[in-house]
Amino acid sequence: MSKLLTLSEAITRYVHDGDTVYAAGFTHLIPFAAGHEIIRQGRKDLTLARATPDLIYDQMVAAGCARKVIFSYMGNPGVGSLRIVRKGVETGKLEWEEYSHFGMISRLQAGATGLPFMPMNPTAAGDLERANPLYRTITDPYSGREVVVVPALNPDVAIVHVQRADAEGNAQIWGIIGEQKEAAFASRHIILTAEEIVDASIIRSDPNRTLIPGFIIDAVCHVPYCAHPSYTQGYYDRDNAFYLQWDETSKTMEGVQAYLEEWVYEVEDRRAYWEKLGPELHEKLRVGSRPSAVVEYGDY
Amino acid sequence: MIETIAYSSAELMTINAARLLRDGDVVFVGVGLPNLACNLARRTHTPNLVMIYEAGVIGAQPSRLPLSIGDPTLVSGALAVCSMYDIFAFYLQRGNVDVGFLGGAQIDRYGNINATVVGDYTHPKVRLPGSGGSMEIAAWANRCYIINPHQKRRFPPRVDFRTSAGFLDGRTQRDGAHLRGGGPQAVVTNLGILEPDETGELVLTSLHPGATVEQARENTGWDLIISPELRSTDPITAEDLYILREELDPQGIYLKDGG
Repeated sequence: MSKLLTLSEAITRYVHDGDTVYAAGFTHLIPFAAGHEIIRQGRKDLTLARATPDLIYDQMVAAGCARKVIFSYMGNPGVGSLRIVRKGVETGKLEWEEYSHFGMISRLQAGATGLPFMPMNPTAAGDLERANPLYRTITDPYSGREVVVVPALNPDVAIVHVQRADAEGNAQIWGIIGEQKEAAFASRHIILTAEEIVDASIIRSDPNRTLIPGFIIDAVCHVPYCAHPSYTQGYYDRDNAFYLQWDETSKTMEGVQAYLEEWVYEVEDRRAYWEKLGPELHEKLRVGSRPSAVVEYGDY
Repeated sequence: MIETIAYSSAELMTINAARLLRDGDVVFVGVGLPNLACNLARRTHTPNLVMIYEAGVIGAQPSRLPLSIGDPTLVSGALAVCSMYDIFAFYLQRGNVDVGFLGGAQIDRYGNINATVVGDYTHPKVRLPGSGGSMEIAAWANRCYIINPHQKRRFPPRVDFRTSAGFLDGRTQRDGAHLRGGGPQAVVTNLGILEPDETGELVLTSLHPGATVEQARENTGWDLIISPELRSTDPITAEDLYILREELDPQGIYLKDGG
């Protein structure tokens, strides 16, 4: 059964005011187009969860979509501060809940596997565990030693971008797979965006590459270039210049509002956004070929 | 005639950090200068360095400087890619990582690191990015190295917030916590190298060319002990600088600051 929807329809149907949203992807495959559509549709009071809020949540917080962030590294990767989220936290206008990467990912792992919590070995750092009461310690019933635990995270909706999927949402990812699978299985609803919609036979030709099965997916959206200024391995490069430029743009709210006006509100969809970026940038982000060797599954 | 080579503080720290790595080490690579140090070491004295990135990449062989630690160049040609849960659980927590590289806004007398907040946590004066992977790296990597510019405010007697554990309030306390990693082994600054003594306190063990004990003392927030076996750091070579400048950071994104 086809689950194909436009991204606009999928956001309307599955992202509601007040929801906890997990837009997945560690640096790779960050679904910026979905973030922009959520901004255009004017969602409010969202709890935005991501290990690294990245520019996508900086933009959504700037646009007034968020009440709270849940994170484990609040920086512009390789550049510096994530200015808008940081300002929200410093001024107390934005609620936050903080973990280490392992704590954050363990919350998803628990959520994705139907467990109430996840144990981790102690780190002795202590201060974050005191600052966030959702960190607890319990006694390992076997050794009698203490372990640190975090509760399951079950977002209302996960948004996951992939290289290719079929119309039912059987999704294949290669390159950095971050927390995509965990975010998908942990969430009540899943919106899938894909660079390419392919025939089911393509998926079945390489089943080991399928990270998420279609039967847990709610919506499949064909959104080429969804991840820019993040990237899609093998399809287009990370726009590092954009990440560096955002550090300047986000120094003032006027700069951010002008950006949102020009690149989100006045742009109809991702196709228009990509065209607006222009051929020079398309060329700059183009990647050369480096295919894997073909694997032999065997005809049985 | 001795030729004087000019370099920035960032270059000096990166090159000295690279020298701490041993061939065959499995290293958990962090963003910024550690990323450069590991990539430099792999191109020079540790060709068999196994670089692991928290994004889930194992045995990366990046052909260009990865600005972020999730860059696609880390994946192409790597040994393996796994999930973030796997990298932290199977690799780091299980004990398969030799070296962790860390930085932070504040490093204290016992090598504890603050990368979270200056001031009060709930009402921050300056909010920093936070732990990322550093809380677990500091606890579980066999050896930890820290890169930090030598300034008094960056070396307080006690950090405002303990994002990751050094020796806590002294080596016996870390021993009592039964962490699998050995804790910080060296702090590389732009003036020299600090290493923990038998109590876990960071003491000055090496001075970079041109730096003085007085400078190191003045720029440390506690009464810095000078090791009786104080060494002089080996001079920077033209080859190291060439690789850093021409191959790894041609735009000077990380290396141009300082001086």
